[in-house]
Amino acid sequence: MNALAANHLGRRKRTDLVFRVLAAASAVMVLLALLLILGTILWKSVPALSLSMLTRTPKGGFYLGREGGILNAIVGSVYLALGATALALLLSLPVVLYLNVYKGRTSKTAVWTRFFLDVLWGVPSIVIGAFGFVIMLALGLRASLLAGILTVALLEFPIMSRAIDEVMRLVPRELKDASASLGATRFETAVKVLVRQTAPGILTGVLLAMGRGIGDAASVLFTAGFTDRVPGSLADPAATLPLAIFFQLGTPFPEVQERAYASAAILTLIILVISLAARAMNRKVNRHVVK
Amino acid sequence: MNGDSPISIRNLSVLYGDHLALKDVSLDIPAKRITSIIGPSGCGKTTLLKSLNRLLDTDDGVRVRGQVLLDGEDIYAPRTEVTRIRRKMGLLSQRPQVLPMSIYDNVAYGPRIHGLRSRKELNERVERYLRLAGLWDEVEGRLREPASLLSVGQQQRLCLARGLAVEPEIILGDEPTSALDPQSSQNVERRLLELKRDYTVIVVTHILRQARRIADHIAFLYLGELVEQGPAAEVFAAPKDPRTRAYLTGEIS
Repeated sequence: MNALAANHLGRRKRTDLVFRVLAAASAVMVLLALLLILGTILWKSVPALSLSMLTRTPKGGFYLGREGGILNAIVGSVYLALGATALALLLSLPVVLYLNVYKGRTSKTAVWTRFFLDVLWGVPSIVIGAFGFVIMLALGLRASLLAGILTVALLEFPIMSRAIDEVMRLVPRELKDASASLGATRFETAVKVLVRQTAPGILTGVLLAMGRGIGDAASVLFTAGFTDRVPGSLADPAATLPLAIFFQLGTPFPEVQERAYASAAILTLIILVISLAARAMNRKVNRHVVK
Repeated sequence: MNGDSPISIRNLSVLYGDHLALKDVSLDIPAKRITSIIGPSGCGKTTLLKSLNRLLDTDDGVRVRGQVLLDGEDIYAPRTEVTRIRRKMGLLSQRPQVLPMSIYDNVAYGPRIHGLRSRKELNERVERYLRLAGLWDEVEGRLREPASLLSVGQQQRLCLARGLAVEPEIILGDEPTSALDPQSSQNVERRLLELKRDYTVIVVTHILRQARRIADHIAFLYLGELVEQGPAAEVFAAPKDPRTRAYLTGEIS
């Protein structure tokens, strides 16, 4: 090796080293940010965290009350997220299957549908909330669990559709052809082959959307209402964890503010449980996927 | 129509946008023989094969002119039910495409969608066609395992069993051994030779030696045109067209 090549190699190695250090630094920064958020929430919530936070409804009003728990918001959020996610899935799957089974890759309809879904994804949740409010009034509903579910489903729908769509587009054409060549209709191919092949992706999309739905405050601000009671029916108003945080943090009393952090910790915990459950389920739905 | 020929292709042209992929092809496929479609890559072999079970329909911007008669019925006629056409043919693709389900369910997939419900009959059918595809002994104890765990060679035989399970009359192969190791290829070739007793087999291949080994009848395509066709012995021994001769001697490929 001559001197020039050696010199050149030395420079390439230095460049490589610089990038490796930079990449590692960003990884550490992201991890640090996450730990700081979790740490702050947990540390601030310690004074207020207790079993009764989880098991009791508020005493003395959610705004001023320093007693009781936030069972109303926990149950409200879970109902709302489950309902909205189920509804969004009912809307998303047909749309995505339509795009991927009935429409070709270059179809104009498909291109435009994807574009509109992307636009809808980008609409701020407060705007979705305001829209939900208008729809709610038009349908003659009051602020209620049902109105909240409808609005949050609208928020989740584009996220879920596009997430599932991305994995369905990766299904090789030959797999669809294999099913078709056995005499399957497009519907049979969609339901029996595509859904199975993309099951892990569907699960991811559903949970991504659910995580977004359960944590969103703006979309439920006008539509779900807020109450101290656990909702007993779809027509009842429902408290939610993001709004509980919002209201409690807005009070001038430190004791109530601590409760806001406790609510935040519980919300984070719920999302963590959802993610872990997804990981556990993933192994099961992955079993038959053809690589 | 010719009674010996379950498939008659009449003046078939296929256009991808402006590109003419097949030019006015007419061909009678002999019954219960292996017909090999040969030719250099890009000459339209796969297009011709896919036009036979209307898999071309799934492409965007494809236009088909002419007729393909399956047992005398034009498969491109507007009233023809495409799923019924496809059911009459089993397809082996270049790379085996198993369905995302168990070995058993792969074979039972076709019969199930065509309405077979009885557990007992399904079991019988799965066993019969796995045996016919020469896979039964290897998978007998693991029918519930995901099909994707099989080796590529086993997957191709599973695809064969799956295609046979809908009880077709015709087997289509699109370079079915191109992704397989020599031993698996030989295995698949042997199956095809056995199957021609009961089925009409059409195989696209770019391996001339394979065509020599298995074909009874040859169709040579060049640049979308059917240049020559006839009994394999004749075509290989005395090609009539200079282009066929050039291809067989390796001058064009």
